[in-house]
Amino acid sequence: MSATSPRVLARVTAVETRLALRDPSNAFFAILFPAVLLAVLGLTMPWSRAPYSETDPLLGQISGITGYTPIVLTLAVGTVALSSYPVTVATYRGQGVLRRLSTTPLPPSRLLLAQILLNVGQLLVAAVLALAVGMLLVDVTAPERPGVVLAAFLLTATSAFGVGSLIAARAPTAGAATGIGMTTYFVSLFFAGVWLPLPIMPDIVQEIAAWTPLGAGSQAMLDGWLGVGVPTRELLVMAGWTVVLVPLAARVFRWR
Amino acid sequence: MPARTEPVIHAEHLRKRYGSTVAVADVSLTVHRGEIVGVLGRNGAGKTTTVELLAGLRDRDGGTVSVLGLDPERDGAALRERVGLQLQESALPARITVREAVEEYACFYDHPADPEELLRDLDLLDKAGTRYADLSGGQKQRLSIALALVGDPEIAVLDELTTGLDPQARRDTWEVVERVRRRGVTVLLVTHFMEEAERLCDRVLLIDAGRVVAEGTPAEVAARVGAEQTLQLRPSAPVDPAVLTALPSVTAAQPGADGSLEVRGSGTVVQDVMVALAAAGVRADDVRLHRSTLEDAFVRLTGAGTGAPDPRTTTPVEA
Repeated sequence: MSATSPRVLARVTAVETRLALRDPSNAFFAILFPAVLLAVLGLTMPWSRAPYSETDPLLGQISGITGYTPIVLTLAVGTVALSSYPVTVATYRGQGVLRRLSTTPLPPSRLLLAQILLNVGQLLVAAVLALAVGMLLVDVTAPERPGVVLAAFLLTATSAFGVGSLIAARAPTAGAATGIGMTTYFVSLFFAGVWLPLPIMPDIVQEIAAWTPLGAGSQAMLDGWLGVGVPTRELLVMAGWTVVLVPLAARVFRWR
Repeated sequence: MPARTEPVIHAEHLRKRYGSTVAVADVSLTVHRGEIVGVLGRNGAGKTTTVELLAGLRDRDGGTVSVLGLDPERDGAALRERVGLQLQESALPARITVREAVEEYACFYDHPADPEELLRDLDLLDKAGTRYADLSGGQKQRLSIALALVGDPEIAVLDELTTGLDPQARRDTWEVVERVRRRGVTVLLVTHFMEEAERLCDRVLLIDAGRVVAEGTPAEVAARVGAEQTLQLRPSAPVDPAVLTALPSVTAAQPGADGSLEVRGSGTVVQDVMVALAAAGVRADDVRLHRSTLEDAFVRLTGAGTGAPDPRTTTPVEA
């Protein structure tokens, strides 16, 4: 049947992308927010040019703003995956857009996939923009192992979208999705080191963080930046979340 | 006239409950290819649930269903290729344009209709670039019909098509449904507007409290509450009512205070009265005929009116 063909997924993704770009606030948050945040932090914060760590010799090699860049990228992923994405799908559910789609041969997984593709695409653009601004404007140093950073970034996105998909699959209204999404978001940000950098947190928190999508993501990206080897465990943790959560979300998906 | 071929929808003793609420207690229906069949009933009578069971959007608690030879519960995906649905409480993303929506939906189907032709048929070509949020109620309904037809379905289910539309938009929408039938599509029309059912449907099914209480052509269902017709006229000269009551088709004739005459009867009453008046050299002016309508049947059979309800149709339903 044609509804499951890649051509349909491409079409739905294209339409959803156009719709997302017609929403100015969405476009700002998804594409410009990380670059703006990095620039503002880099230009105003006194710690941005100091070494990232006084005590850890490895972390001392990079500046504060460079050390914070993986966190900004994680923050960008979390904002889209745990907030804009589930809220968009739940809004569709609340308005009856999903009810309308449920009468067609389109499987629900295609809509979720289209939304994920569109959002990961936007995030990639946002990340490139943030890096460009960071390196040109506030002296963020380039990652030692860009491949590891890229892989970590993509897996951060897919695993966070797995969590977001679960919310998107069930939340009955935009309000419910916002509530659940924001709670998950702030807890995740804690483990990602947004409030306090992970290296200065207690061991137990670091240990738990390594098993959360955003925590593992932030750590793996930092490893790639420093070039300390391939963060295998973190990458596997994120891959695990992705392959479990995305199909689970498609299975428990509700049209209404 | 629809050809009496094999049924495209055949359901027997459908049942569905939500918790302790019985939405559908016992509904059986048969729809033949090319027909427009109306499902009538008050709000909450179980119309939409019936349609959702037929389309496989909900799982039934009991009964059998065959739609185009398929079981909606088991072959939902195959059925959605061949049945177009327009449901209540559905919408499109606010920022999508009419053309984008129709073209996107078209690509979900194996053998879609031509989106351009649909837009033209439904008078949406000049709105093709307009966003969903900026459409009027009537335009949204026409778009919704277009989306129900874009898979080039064999059956179209249209639920509360004209609710919330102004009279002109409602009439325009009826035109559209008649055009849909001319495309050879079988239509299942859910409505609580009697005028709509009388105008469009070959057959109607009256549902109350989850059960079918009457079925037939609109005229047959209307006749269930009495086949009597009432003729009102103003004779050009006084007429002795006895002359009319002597006619076998007349049951009563009553002169009004203002010189008018009201005659009740059945069968050929209109012809008989006119012939009798002509024989007496009397001309009839301001002739008005009222026959029992689907609305009368609806009010009587669903207990929606103030009159004593038929106990059989309003017994609390226990499944």
